[in-house]
Amino acid sequence: MPEVIRFKVKRQQNPDSKPYWEEFQVPYRPQHNVISVLMALRENPVNIKGERVAPVVYEVGCMEEVCGACTMIINGKVRQACSALIDQLEQPLVLEPMTKFPVVRDLMVDRQKMFDDLRKVRAWIDIDGGYDIHVHAPRISPKDWVMNYDFSRCMTCGCCMEVCPQFHPKSQFVGPAPIGQAWLFSNHPTGKFYKEERLHALMGPGGITDCGNAQNCIEACPKDIKLTDAIAKIGRETTIQVFKDLFLK
Amino acid sequence: MAVKKPKIIVVGGGLGGLWATMRIAEAGNEVMLFSLFQVKRSHSACAQGGINACLDTKGQHDSVWQHIIDTIKGGAYLANQPPVKAMCEDAPGLIRTFDRMGVTWSRTPEGVMDLRLFGGVKNKRTCFAGATTGQQLLYSCDEQVRKHEENGLVKKYEFWEFLSIVKDGQGRCRGIVALNLRTMESEIFKADAVVIATGGLGLIYGKSTNSASSTGAAASRVYQQGAKFMNGEFIQFHPTGMPGDDKNRLMSEAARGEGGRIWVPRKQGDTTDPLKIPEDQRWYFLEEWYPAYGNTVPRDVASRAINKVCVEQGMGIGGKNLVYLDLTHLPEQFLRSRLAGILEIYEKFAGVDPCKVPMIIYPATHYSMGGIWVDWEKDETSGNLKQPSPRNHQTSIPGLFSCGECDGTYHGANRLGANSLLSASYSGRVVGESVAAYVKGLTESADEAPEEIYTQEKKRQESINRQILSNSNGENPYLLHKELGDMMREKVGIVRYNKELDEALEKIKELKDRSNKISLEDKLGWSNASLPYARQVQDMIVLAEVITKGARLRDECRGGQWKPEFEIPIPEGKFAGDPEFEEYRRKWMENNERWLKTTVAEHAPDGPKISYEKIDTSVLSPEQPRDYR
Repeated sequence: MPEVIRFKVKRQQNPDSKPYWEEFQVPYRPQHNVISVLMALRENPVNIKGERVAPVVYEVGCMEEVCGACTMIINGKVRQACSALIDQLEQPLVLEPMTKFPVVRDLMVDRQKMFDDLRKVRAWIDIDGGYDIHVHAPRISPKDWVMNYDFSRCMTCGCCMEVCPQFHPKSQFVGPAPIGQAWLFSNHPTGKFYKEERLHALMGPGGITDCGNAQNCIEACPKDIKLTDAIAKIGRETTIQVFKDLFLK
Repeated sequence: MAVKKPKIIVVGGGLGGLWATMRIAEAGNEVMLFSLFQVKRSHSACAQGGINACLDTKGQHDSVWQHIIDTIKGGAYLANQPPVKAMCEDAPGLIRTFDRMGVTWSRTPEGVMDLRLFGGVKNKRTCFAGATTGQQLLYSCDEQVRKHEENGLVKKYEFWEFLSIVKDGQGRCRGIVALNLRTMESEIFKADAVVIATGGLGLIYGKSTNSASSTGAAASRVYQQGAKFMNGEFIQFHPTGMPGDDKNRLMSEAARGEGGRIWVPRKQGDTTDPLKIPEDQRWYFLEEWYPAYGNTVPRDVASRAINKVCVEQGMGIGGKNLVYLDLTHLPEQFLRSRLAGILEIYEKFAGVDPCKVPMIIYPATHYSMGGIWVDWEKDETSGNLKQPSPRNHQTSIPGLFSCGECDGTYHGANRLGANSLLSASYSGRVVGESVAAYVKGLTESADEAPEEIYTQEKKRQESINRQILSNSNGENPYLLHKELGDMMREKVGIVRYNKELDEALEKIKELKDRSNKISLEDKLGWSNASLPYARQVQDMIVLAEVITKGARLRDECRGGQWKPEFEIPIPEGKFAGDPEFEEYRRKWMENNERWLKTTVAEHAPDGPKISYEKIDTSVLSPEQPRDYR
């Protein structure tokens, strides 16, 4: 059994400063994951050279892979750090912040763009208000439920965005996650009342046609959400919408 | 004249805070919503099994009245009853509203919402969305709030930490001071009403099922500023947590609701592969002890039983504090469709498939029944909760409100499974309506309050931060927190003894002293994670004292507070009508005379001042002891 866990972190003090690498080790314990290793480091923040340094800054939330907070690049792969078990990883671990979002500090990035784009694609159901109107929403078939539930588990973690070649700081592309949500709400029996608005939001620059069909998103999604299905469906529907806009106006 | 454009702040963006935000915005008011992170990452996402509401769609003649009784009795009668009644009555309407908001509820073959069984009840009453119900409910509220962001009524302040409220000369809440977690600057935000919806406090126990943010720090801060805190000693230990190094991940009660069974090998210390242990060599102790409810007894009962088997009898797996939670007798396809979320978690973190191998679990700190004391208004003619009323969910500080896990209204001494998503949502909705009513009645706005109350509070906060940043060679906040957690789990856990509680109080005094000497390795003024953590640790220690002092003074057994020295045992094999049972009932009612009271803690420099408050039992008179046999 190894005695220590070795890892190196790509650090950066603030958005404008230069990144640098720093190496660490913490005592080995079974069942460690990347978050618990970073937590252990906080208790004695010393680098491999024996210098006391500021603990590594990272985002953490649920520690059970449902909140999406702790997403980072681990040994070259974007994933949640909490479910990255040390025993299954090659050492030294290499920890880097996501590259498609601006770095805030160390492993923490600013994913606000995704949330802004959820606004853009109208990712909600329009209801009259948060009170009882004494009826349920219309029924949903078990088959539709399976599809919708799949997409409703999207944590907005950004894994799909990180691996998408079309999504980067200089592009306008909304990326796979918001497209998936646009599809989800348009597949709901009352959400579809505003499908046209969602399609229009995805028809302009940065919309669905910017997808290069690399299909990396579906591979990277930690929840196996069928993002490419949503992209294909929205793609078809926007094409139909173009004709509707031309002839039915 | 009424205040034209009231300023309203909601702190916390979980289910409670988002519901409050929605309802305040729907009344046409602007809301400033503060959160430590993007609200979508709040701890409500971790709730798995479901939310209770009597829909009675399973042919079991379920009734709202039964939901009320189950909740009151499940909480060992310690909750004020009119708010509980109102919550249960409004639950079906709340579920319909969630349905309209697009929650992906699991469906029956005919496309209506499915229901499942949960603990402490006999009917299927739990609405669910796979095993990620909390996540789905949270997201549906997040989406509604995003809509209000788009229409300009909500402004989010994400990556901000609430530090304190600002009080005026009359003791009213007139705003907050918050820390920008990027720039590390403290700022003043004036407000006519403030809602604290900052969730639970599991991190006081170090390891728990809670997220990293559930420290109780915000609740502790308003408590230290004069808000009363109620029933702190009532902590729920969830029977089925996955023991882990960094946290104890939750395995939902739904696992048992859907048929999961708890057992240990009959042979002490047995380490045989569980699949090779024959049926007659397995001890299903919950089914044996509680034939009526079996594996779905309430959580406090199940956790104590597991504690008894492991700690007292040494019958845990391989002699350790571990038991099996077994799903392997159930069809895999059924399990995958109903429990996917938790099966994935177990598989990911334990590395084995729970459909094929029994899970290994142990109770874990999970939920705080107590919380910030809040008021409620009773309609004297009907005896019901009056709605809306500015008194509902208002704390003892005027203008300061609270909802969700951080208030202590609905669950008494023990919370039933799937009632937390209900109380978080319901109380959020109620508080939203209370705040809207409260600001309507205001005649003076926060802008008219004297400027120095704000600048003084900001200065006070800045000086605390400066102190921590200027200390050197002091205590490491992370290690101090660990010490606190280890001590709380050991001495203020499932079973409590006065001697240990006294020791815990001593230790807390020591930790409090040491927490003044915290120093940090990180002195940077940008996105410094150590500074807010250090402050959370200081505030957790204060709340730990409230929990422990309440536990020390309450000499009885009730729900989450269990002291064997004061146990009144149910006579074995005897039931209502038997003289032995009636004698037990007499003693139980006598004990209620003394202890059926709300614990109220008020902050004082030398520790919490504890008093007790009468409970409204006008709905269901406490005459039936809890009995799940």
